[in-house]
Amino acid sequence: MALYSDKVMDHFRNPRNVGTIEDPSGVGEVGNTACGDIMKIYLKINDEEIIEDVKFETFGCGSAIASSSMATELIKGKHVSEAMELTNKAVAEALDGLPAHKMHCSVLAEEAIQAALEDYKSKKAQ
Amino acid sequence: MMKIYADNAATTAMSDTAINAMIPFMKEYFGNPSSLYSTGQVVAEALQNARERAAKCLGCEAREITFTSGGSEADNQAIVSAARIGEKKGKQHIISTAFEHHAVLHTLNKLEKEGFEVTLLDVHENGIVTPEQVKAAIRPDTCLVTIMYANNEIGSVQPIPEIGAVCKEMGVLFHTDAVQAAGHLHINVKEQNIDMLSLSGHKFHGPKGTGILYSAKTIPLTNIIEGGSQERGKRGGTENTAGIMGLVAALEEACGNIDAVTEKLIPLRDKLIAGLSEIPHSVLNGDRNHRLPSNVNFCFEGIEGESLLLFLDDLGISASSGSACTSGSLDPSHVLLAIGRVHDVAHGSLRLSIGENTTEEEIDYMIQSVKSVVERLRAMSPVWRDLQSGKREFIL
Ligand SMILES: Cc1ncc(COP(=O)(O)O)c(C=O)c1O
Repeated sequence: MALYSDKVMDHFRNPRNVGTIEDPSGVGEVGNTACGDIMKIYLKINDEEIIEDVKFETFGCGSAIASSSMATELIKGKHVSEAMELTNKAVAEALDGLPAHKMHCSVLAEEAIQAALEDYKSKKAQ
Repeated sequence: MMKIYADNAATTAMSDTAINAMIPFMKEYFGNPSSLYSTGQVVAEALQNARERAAKCLGCEAREITFTSGGSEADNQAIVSAARIGEKKGKQHIISTAFEHHAVLHTLNKLEKEGFEVTLLDVHENGIVTPEQVKAAIRPDTCLVTIMYANNEIGSVQPIPEIGAVCKEMGVLFHTDAVQAAGHLHINVKEQNIDMLSLSGHKFHGPKGTGILYSAKTIPLTNIIEGGSQERGKRGGTENTAGIMGLVAALEEACGNIDAVTEKLIPLRDKLIAGLSEIPHSVLNGDRNHRLPSNVNFCFEGIEGESLLLFLDDLGISASSGSACTSGSLDPSHVLLAIGRVHDVAHGSLRLSIGENTTEEEIDYMIQSVKSVVERLRAMSPVWRDLQSGKREFIL
């Protein structure tokens, strides 16, 4: 389908890091079924604040699945502070672009990562 | 890999009959039917002949046929014409349903802005309106009832002759958008009490951009397209002669094959429905019995329709969905919402519309493919996880 770039289709067909993490350091879930997209991110973060592992589950369209997959790839092995800087633009660019009406999928991916990092921080603060 | 076209409700491949009927009108019979010399007149005659044949298919007179650019234009013209007639008599109320095609709904919206009042009847969970509902909704100021013959998404077939009878009894004009029904179900406008009817060529193996508005000869039409005196002055523009030839040839062919095709499709459709019903937490949309022989439409809980379509496309299957992502809006299909499917479930819809070339082998392949894709998507869905763990309650 010409709707999406080859990159998007690759990440949709072979999503990286699908699944869950037991006893995660942080979990973030954004979106709702009413609008048709839900993303959930699980993080495993070590003492040096490096994201050792990241997994996702997504209910949504092709670009939602691809955006989640790409976002996890972009933060895996990175320091928490670096992951905090991830933008939806970076996700969309790494996917060689998204159709205009699908940009919100990359926003959702950014928000899901942020939510998981916030969860990690609040857990750590306790 | 198998290549299966299962989106015949969106459009159909043209038949050889239709293509062959068109070619001469692009080659030797290229004349303008309005010209008085013979090169034009021979085309004018062919056009008149096509009009008579189309009338015969619908059970009306040739002068009651207006050739249009498709179903949308016919819907627009029928509704606007009835509104203008009503307006003159001080009648500005129109009855329709919530799950009409946008060609109807958007025309009604436009009239509402002019001051018309529109009542949209409930179509119930099975996607069917009753004649009793129509009767109860008719008021002294009702100028039109417009209800589709069969729904394009969920395939439910309305009790059109009975609704027509109610309208006749109450003296209200009745229009039906028969775009999904023409060439697939037996239609006779006089016997079925239909005052106006829209159809579209590309839904029964004719060319795209061709359609017919049937309107009883007593109804003065309002132009949507102003111009020359073509179509009794009711639709300007040099006739799409080749298109009309293809449209009418396809209509005749389809109407002649209705019984044979229906007999072939119903067992295939029912096998597909039975196979997909085995998927847990799924539901068939549209009435089980009063439905088009070609239509299968399901909702699967916990997944989203666009990703389902993309994976099916990878497996060689062309299908469609009422999910928001496929419509380019934030809301899922208004049809699924109208039959009471909540957003969560409506996003996970799939329509497979088969055709006379569909084989049993293809049905088996579609069942197996949909099952595996639904399973795959559920395995990565946080919604499905929550449903399974009891954190979220199953709707289906
Ligand atoms: C029920 C219904 N009405 C109207 C239309 C519009 O027909 P057309 O595409 O010929 O304008 C369609 C098809 O898209 C349809 O399914």
